[in-house]
Amino acid sequence: MEAVKSFFETPAPSRFTGIWAWLLTTDHKRIGLMYLFAIVFWFCLAILLGGLIRLELMFPGETVLTAELYNSAFTLHGVIMIFLFIIPALPAIFGNFFLPMQIGTDDVFFPKLNLLSWYLYMLGGVVAIASLFAEGFPDTGWTFYVPFSVSTQTNVSTAVFAAFILGFASMLTGLNFITTIHRMRSPKMGWLQIPLFTWSLYATSWVQLLATPVVSITLVLVMVERFLNIGLFDPSKGGDPILYQHLFWMYSHPAVYIMILPGMGVISEIIPVFSRKSIFGYKAIVFSSMMIAVAGSLVWAHHMYTSGMSDTAVFVFSLLTFVVAIPSAIKVFSWVSTLYKGAIQMTPPLFLSLCFIYLFSVGGLTGLVLGAAGPDVHVHDTHFVVAHFHFTMFGGTGFAFFAALHYWWPKMFGRMYDFKKAYIASALITGGFIFHYVPMFILGLQGMPRRYYDYLPQYATGNFLAGFGALFMIIGIALMFYNLAVTLRRERNAPADPWGGVTLEWKTASPPPLHNFDRDPEVLDYPYDFTGVKESQDNQANQDKQSKPNA
Amino acid sequence: MTDKAHIISYKTLLMTLLALFALTGITVGASYVDLGQLNVWVALLIASLKGTLVLLIFMHMKFEGKALRLSFISTIGFLAIMIGFTFWDIAFR
Amino acid sequence: MSLHQTSPHDDETGKKLGMWLFLYTEIILFGGLFVLYAVYLTVHTEDFVEGGKQLDRLFGLANTVILLISSFAVAASITAVQKSQKGVALGSLAASLLCGLIFLINKYFEWGHKFEIGLYPNSERLLDGPTGQNIFFGLYYVITGLHGIHIVIGMTVLAVAMAYVQAGKITPTRFALLENAGLYWHLVDLIWIFIFPLFYLII
Repeated sequence: MEAVKSFFETPAPSRFTGIWAWLLTTDHKRIGLMYLFAIVFWFCLAILLGGLIRLELMFPGETVLTAELYNSAFTLHGVIMIFLFIIPALPAIFGNFFLPMQIGTDDVFFPKLNLLSWYLYMLGGVVAIASLFAEGFPDTGWTFYVPFSVSTQTNVSTAVFAAFILGFASMLTGLNFITTIHRMRSPKMGWLQIPLFTWSLYATSWVQLLATPVVSITLVLVMVERFLNIGLFDPSKGGDPILYQHLFWMYSHPAVYIMILPGMGVISEIIPVFSRKSIFGYKAIVFSSMMIAVAGSLVWAHHMYTSGMSDTAVFVFSLLTFVVAIPSAIKVFSWVSTLYKGAIQMTPPLFLSLCFIYLFSVGGLTGLVLGAAGPDVHVHDTHFVVAHFHFTMFGGTGFAFFAALHYWWPKMFGRMYDFKKAYIASALITGGFIFHYVPMFILGLQGMPRRYYDYLPQYATGNFLAGFGALFMIIGIALMFYNLAVTLRRERNAPADPWGGVTLEWKTASPPPLHNFDRDPEVLDYPYDFTGVKESQDNQANQDKQSKPNA
Repeated sequence: MTDKAHIISYKTLLMTLLALFALTGITVGASYVDLGQLNVWVALLIASLKGTLVLLIFMHMKFEGKALRLSFISTIGFLAIMIGFTFWDIAFR
Repeated sequence: MSLHQTSPHDDETGKKLGMWLFLYTEIILFGGLFVLYAVYLTVHTEDFVEGGKQLDRLFGLANTVILLISSFAVAASITAVQKSQKGVALGSLAASLLCGLIFLINKYFEWGHKFEIGLYPNSERLLDGPTGQNIFFGLYYVITGLHGIHIVIGMTVLAVAMAYVQAGKITPTRFALLENAGLYWHLVDLIWIFIFPLFYLII
C-alpha cells in the first residue's frame, strides 16, 4: 500500500501550522483528539479526588480530609466525572473521530460549530476550576439540590454556571451529529446499514438535544434564586422544593442514557469483530437504542421516592422504571448471542468488553432493586446507591471508554500497544473495581449512608476493603494510560485494519488521511458482514502454508 | 425533506397575519367569559391554533419533509411528557 | 477524490435542519419554565388570577400585535428574496427590527411601572402579600425576562441577515442564513403567543 499523508501531517485549514493547526482546526479528527487530551486530564483529576475520598473513608475518624473538605471533594469528584468526563467522553472523542468515518464522509456537517463546542467545553472546565478559588469549594454534591444550593455560602453559582456552559457544548455536539447523520451519509448507506456505534450516537444526540435544555434552565433558576431570591423553590414564599428535583432529574435521568448509550454502541462494534460473526439482532439493537432514548425520559422521578412526592407518582415511575430495563437487557442478550459459537479472538478491547458486560449487568440488576419502591426506601442515599451507579457508570461507560481506547487506538495514532501490559492493566482495574464496589453494596444494605466523611465502627471492614480495591484500580488505570502513551514515541506500525473490522473506518489508512478516504469506500449491504474478512484470512493462511516449503 | 424551495405568496402571508389578529381578538374576548377551569384550556387551544399557523406558514413547516415534522412532533411530545408526568406527583399529593 | 454529492456549504436543507434542532432546545428551555407555571397555576389558582389582573392587558395585547406583524415582515422578506426583490426584503427586515425595538420599549415601560408600584422580585409588597402572587410575579419576571433576552438575540441575528442581504450575499437560491434568522424570530414570536394568554388573560 502506498504511503498516504495522514491528518497529522496535513492541517485543516492548511494555512495554520504548529499549535494553531490544532487550536483553530476544523478537522473532526483533530478536534476528537483535543477532546481526548482534555477529557483524560479531567478524568485523572477526578480519580485523584475519588482516591482522596476513599483514603479518608479507609479508616474511621478524620484522617486526611476535614468534613468540609470531604464535602467539597465528593462534589467536585461528581461534577467533574459527570459533566467533564462521562457525558462528553465517548461522543466527543470517539464520536467526533469516528462518526463521519463510519458513515463514509469527510467531516461533520458544521465543522466550525464543532470547534466552538470544544472551546465551550474548555471554557466550562476553566470556570469549574475558577469556582475553586473563591469563597470556598462548592459543597452541594453534583445535584445542586435546593434549598441548600441556594442558601450555602460557598461558590455554587460559578460551579452551576460551568455546568450550564458544558451543557451547551454537549447540546451543540448532539445537534451537529444529528445533522451529519441525516445529511452527509454516504449516498449508498441506508438507515439500516449504519454501524451500531453511529446509531447509538444518533439516539444519544436526540437525548442530548431534548433533555439538556431542561438542566440549563434549572441551573439558571438556581443562579436567579441566588441573586434575586424570588423563592420559586422556597415553601415560605409559595414555592415547592420538590419541583426542583423534578426539573433536575428530568434532565439528569435521561443524561444517564447519554452516558451509557454510546458505551453500548462501542461494545456492539467490538463484540462482532472479535467473534468474526455478524451481530446478533442488528435491528433489535438499533430499535432498543431508540427505545432507551424514549423510555429513558419517562422515569426521572425514580430518584425521588423518598422526597415526599405522591404515592401515585412513586407507583407509576417505579412501574416505568422496570420497562426501561427491557431494551438494555435486549442488548446484553444480543452481545452474548453474538459471542455464542463465534470464532473468538481474544484481544484487550474484547477483554474489556467482556468485563463491561459483566459489570454493567450487575449495575443494571441492582438498579432494579433501587427501582422497586419498597427496597429503595431502605437503601436510598446509602452506599448501595453509590455502588450501583458506579457499576453502571464506571463499570459500564468507563469500561466502554477503555475498550474504545484500545479498539481505536491503532486507527487514531497508527500505533499498536503492548497486549500483555494491556491485559495486566485491565485485570487490575477489573479486580480492583470488584474489591472497591462490592463491599459498598453490603455497606449500603447494612445502612451506611453516602456523603458522610465518618462512620460507625461496624462499617470499618467494608470501607477498608473498598479502599484497598481503589488502590489496585488506580494502579491499573495508570498502567493502562502508560502503556498507551508510550506508543506515541514509537514508529507507526499499525496496519489499516489490524482487527479485521468491516465498518468503514477500517477501510482507510491508520492514521487516516485528511479527508478520511482516498476513494469512496465500498458500503456493505449489511454492516457486519465478515465473509470477506474470513476469506482473506483463509487465503493468508493458505499462502503461508504454500510459501513455507518454497523457502 | 424537500430540497426545492417553496415560495409563499405575499397574499397568503397577509391572510395568515389577519387570521392571527382574529384569533388574538377571540382569545382576549374569551378571557372575559367565565368558564372556570376551562378558561385556561380555551386560551391554550387558541394559542396552539395561532402557533400552528405561524409554524405551518411563516416557518414553512407545511412544505418540509418527514424528518422535520416528526422531530418537531417528538419535541412537543417530550414537552407534554415533562409537564404531564409531573402531575403524577402534583395531582395526587 | 470524489466524496459526496454536495459539500455542506451548498446544503441549504442541512443548515435548516441544524437550525430547527437548535429551536427544539429553545422550546424545551422555555418548556422547563412552563412546567413550573403549570404546577403553580394548579397549586395557587386564585393567586394567579389575582396576579393576572394586575398586569396591563393593553401592553400585552400591543406587544402581541407588534410581534405578529414583525413575524409577518420576516416571512415576507424571505418571499421577497426568493423573488429577487432586494428592496422589499430590506424594507421588511427593517420593519421587523423596528417592531422588535418597539416591543422592548413597551416592555421597559411595563416593567418600570411594576417596579414603581413595588412589584418586583423580593419586594416587600410581594413578600408580605399572598405567597402565590409572589410566585406568579416571580415566574412573570423570569419568563418575560428570558423572552426579552431572546428578542435582543433575535434582533441581532436579523440585523446580521439584513447586512448579508444588503451585501448581496443572500440570493434566491442561497438564503439559508436569512431563513434561519427568520426561524429564530418566529420561535420568539411563538413563545410569546403562549406567554400572552397565560399571564395577561388568566382569570
